[in-house]
Amino acid sequence: MTNIQYLAPTTLDEAVSLYAAAAGSARILAGGTDLLVQLRSGMINPGIIIDIKKIKELNSIEQKADGSFVVGASVSGTQLAKHSSFGKTWPGVLEALNLIGSTQVQGRASLGGNLCNGSPAGDSIPALIAAEATVNIQGPNGSRQLAVKDVLSGPGSTNLSQDEIAVNFIFPTRQLGSGDAYLRMIPRTEMDIAVVGCGVNLTLENNICTSATVGLGAVAPVVLEVEAAAEALVGNKIEEETLERAAEACRAVCNPIDDKRGTIAYRTKVAGVLMKRAATIASQRAEGA
Amino acid sequence: MNKNKWIGERTIRPDGADKVTGRASFAADTTMPGMIWGSVLRSPHPHASIVNIDITKAASLPGVKAIVTAKDIVDFPFDTPAPLGIQDMRWMTRNVMAREKALFHGHPVAAVAATSEEIAAEACKLIEVNYEVLPWVIELEEAIKPNAPILHNILEFDGKPSNIAGTLEHKKGDIELGFQEADTIIERSFTTRPVHQGYIEPHACLVSVTADGKATIWSSSQGQFMVRAMTSMLTGIPQSDIRAIPAEIGGGFGGKTIIYLEPIATVLAQKSGHPVKMVMSREDVMRATGPTSGSMSKVKIGAKKDGTIVSVQGTFYLQAGCLPGSPIRGAAGCAFAPYDIPNVHSLGYDVVSNRSKVAAYRAPGAPIGAFAVESVLDEIAEEIGMDPLALRLKNAAREGTKAAHGPVYPRMGYAETLEAAIEHPHNKVALGNLQGRGVASGFWFNAGGESSAQVNVTEDGNVVVTTGHPDVGGSRASIANITAELLGIDYQRVSVLIGDTATIGYSNLTGGSRVLFASGMAVTDSTEKVIKSLRERAAIIWDIDPDAVTWEEGEARPAGANAGMFEPLSLEDIADRATETGGPIGAGAQLNTAGAEGGFATHICDVEVDIELGIVRILRYTSFQDVGRAVHPSYVEGQMQGGVAQGIGWALNEEYIYNKDGIVDNPGFLDYRMPVCSDLPMLDTVMIEIPNPKHPQGVRGVGEVPLVPPLAAIRNAIYNALGIRFYSLPMSPPVVLEALDISQAAE
Ligand SMILES: Cc1cc2nc3c(=O)[nH]c(=O)nc-3n(C[C@H](O)[C@H](O)[C@H](O)COP(=O)(O)OP(=O)(O)OC[C@H]3O[C@@H](n4cnc5c(N)ncnc54)[C@H](O)[C@@H]3O)c2cc1C
Repeated sequence: MTNIQYLAPTTLDEAVSLYAAAAGSARILAGGTDLLVQLRSGMINPGIIIDIKKIKELNSIEQKADGSFVVGASVSGTQLAKHSSFGKTWPGVLEALNLIGSTQVQGRASLGGNLCNGSPAGDSIPALIAAEATVNIQGPNGSRQLAVKDVLSGPGSTNLSQDEIAVNFIFPTRQLGSGDAYLRMIPRTEMDIAVVGCGVNLTLENNICTSATVGLGAVAPVVLEVEAAAEALVGNKIEEETLERAAEACRAVCNPIDDKRGTIAYRTKVAGVLMKRAATIASQRAEGA
Repeated sequence: MNKNKWIGERTIRPDGADKVTGRASFAADTTMPGMIWGSVLRSPHPHASIVNIDITKAASLPGVKAIVTAKDIVDFPFDTPAPLGIQDMRWMTRNVMAREKALFHGHPVAAVAATSEEIAAEACKLIEVNYEVLPWVIELEEAIKPNAPILHNILEFDGKPSNIAGTLEHKKGDIELGFQEADTIIERSFTTRPVHQGYIEPHACLVSVTADGKATIWSSSQGQFMVRAMTSMLTGIPQSDIRAIPAEIGGGFGGKTIIYLEPIATVLAQKSGHPVKMVMSREDVMRATGPTSGSMSKVKIGAKKDGTIVSVQGTFYLQAGCLPGSPIRGAAGCAFAPYDIPNVHSLGYDVVSNRSKVAAYRAPGAPIGAFAVESVLDEIAEEIGMDPLALRLKNAAREGTKAAHGPVYPRMGYAETLEAAIEHPHNKVALGNLQGRGVASGFWFNAGGESSAQVNVTEDGNVVVTTGHPDVGGSRASIANITAELLGIDYQRVSVLIGDTATIGYSNLTGGSRVLFASGMAVTDSTEKVIKSLRERAAIIWDIDPDAVTWEEGEARPAGANAGMFEPLSLEDIADRATETGGPIGAGAQLNTAGAEGGFATHICDVEVDIELGIVRILRYTSFQDVGRAVHPSYVEGQMQGGVAQGIGWALNEEYIYNKDGIVDNPGFLDYRMPVCSDLPMLDTVMIEIPNPKHPQGVRGVGEVPLVPPLAAIRNAIYNALGIRFYSLPMSPPVVLEALDISQAAE
């Protein structure tokens, strides 16, 4: 019974002013793989849909001279996979994004959509946190930056205000000897929602971990950065004893719910297992880098 | 060996092009001018008396054209059985629309037809239902407790109102004497959870009723005649005034052998004067259409040291959902049927509780029985130190064995499935760490019954075959193979169509693995009549006796030198001269077929377990099945693979999760975890062709038995990998991990 207006601005300014003018009745459309599902199920009922895929900043990938990357918020997993160097530099981020759904879904699903949807089980978010990515945000009163770890505020909600748009993600310059990885536990092999997801990013020097960041998803109301796990890794070789201490740190921060997707006990246990496995893969990648 | 030209060929299915190009018309694709939309109001309570329904507000919403409640649907009083096939209309009328009580969360309570789907849904919200909420019971274990809330006071067991709606028993020999002879006796208890058929196409229909009361129904079902009969009984419209047109069907697996929407849409169409369309959402399907039963069972098996099984006992409690009718016959009847055992006692209980009424699901009940029996057999084999396949072979039922459920088996190939499995490379390849192999067998009754067919020769000398069965598994291709074979003409010259209830004679359901068996017989009978007619036409043209004409390789030939020297007459030649030789050429048959005979299968499954996450992956799977005659091998293999895929889901992940309010918490494919492609390896099949002696082509039903062995095969494989025996399904990651923890703690 509702009529929905579809708008597809071609500049960021236009999008921002349309979004602000709608005063909460509009929704941003990136790939639509969350939005359309929510529309159909009656969860949301917007009057205006603003498609952001025609805006250049939001839909491009750029590698700067210093090696850092700027990735548009609506860039799809398939687009990102086709980039010549992103996946070599950030294999963990790319694999996280391209675990989402199926081939069809990956042709649409974006980092911005995954983050702004706000789910604690969003697959790319732990990998983005581990990568220490930041997000540029634009609103009617100007732009600001947030670290990805500070974006989520609760299940399904973010710290973006209702007139702000995520523009792009900045991935810092990579040190030599760095690697990242993301793993999730799902009962099936695809088309499922993470029971636990863990992203690890680390740097090795002479086999010793010199820096590390760990993101942990689906075990708390928001995706967590697990600093204690990173601390357990730093200064040590990536071996069983180190990994067990990092795993223990992950288990300790778990504050999951008992629901249809997993029990508290199961989720907590699996968080430790995925931490170890993801750190092992990340360190192998760091050795190769 | 195969002298046949078309039987056994992997011909291109007649419906293939339409399906891959998206042209095929499913029930929800049908529209009509003036069409309006129906929407169902469903109970928000798992159990509640319906005190009053006030439709005033809903009726006054602009756009609303008609409203239906139970009083618009024909009642079948509780105390008078009203059987229709294996269903009872007392239960069907209450399932289609809640009558005295709402019996589960999602039970239809009323329905509205309006000019748009949104208005119809809006109007449903305006219907005021006064419920008296009652205590409810969901799980089987709870429903049979003495103080459980009772769903139907009229149902009694042991002289008291009970949720046990009925029992079924099979007996052979004397089990107590039998157990005395046993060297080893193992008794175990098992549980399984209700699982949904998971067809991809939700239920949908469009119904148009003319001003003079004639109804046309387009819907997706496993039987247009079932749709007609049930709609007739629930609306009071005579069958002759209902035309049920079968749409292409997007899967049924037994779940579409009953109806939900058709009678409601018919009454809405009657009342409104408009064609009414109704389409379920996936959520409606998961909440309110039949899964198959969950179960509790206990099986005791006694064997001698040499592996001879001397006595068996099985007790099977099956969840019926909110109204009676769980497949206890399949559980109790099939459980021990693969074996030649002197002493058998098998007992089934039908138990109601506040969940959606079960519907048939591929070999209904049989996987439940086999899960228990084939698991205990694995433990017997281990205890006496015998290979599990050898144990089964030693006890295999053979031609002449009298089964506890009644029949004496004719020639059939159960032992051959075991021999093939024993010799197969899969059974010999070494396994790695944390990998395991399991085997299990299974039986399914199969069915015959009524089918009709019509075979017509077109004026240009081609052939059109009409049958009465919705084609779920490729039956049109198989029917074309049979017809082309018998007539000796090219497959491309045969078109096979599915008639509606007005254009073909009565045909029973597409179910019970019966379609190719029964319609193959009807088509064979019809085609043979056509061939006889073709010979007669040639005889007229040649002016000789019809007995002096043979039909070979697609043409009429003189039977020998004595018959005379004539150029053969092709089908085209005879069709061309049909008018002058007696008119149109065609024949039909309407049969009640018998001799379907059971299906047997043996499966081997390899698994690997991730012991840190509790995930079981299927590494390799091979099924061995006596398929009678594979008229179209691709669709036989497809049936075997499909059954296994569903069994893997049932064993490993599928379950309904109810919340504390008695509401299903996972009514969609995201959290109701059926397997996806990447969960499965290539499912290998070995077809063993032992023709059914009671069928012209040797056909044996193949569609259902593939779902019987997987549950136990997987469970036995996990034991082989981990040394842990599971007694409950699903064996999902949290369950497996917890069992690993417990077993580690015990070490
Ligand atoms: C079949 C299927 C499988 C899926 N599997 C997974 C999975 O395995 N893992 C997983 O994490 N997710 C999964 N999803 C969910 C979804 O695909 C992901 O969350 C995806 O990343 C969303 O991206 P999108 O571009 O499609 O977002 P959209 O649906 O376009 O947007 C999502 C939300 O974010 C808002 N939004 C989008 N972009 C911006 C922006 N730039 N600024 C502000 N707000 C914005 C939208 O308004 C909306 O509320 C699945 C979805 C489907 C349909």
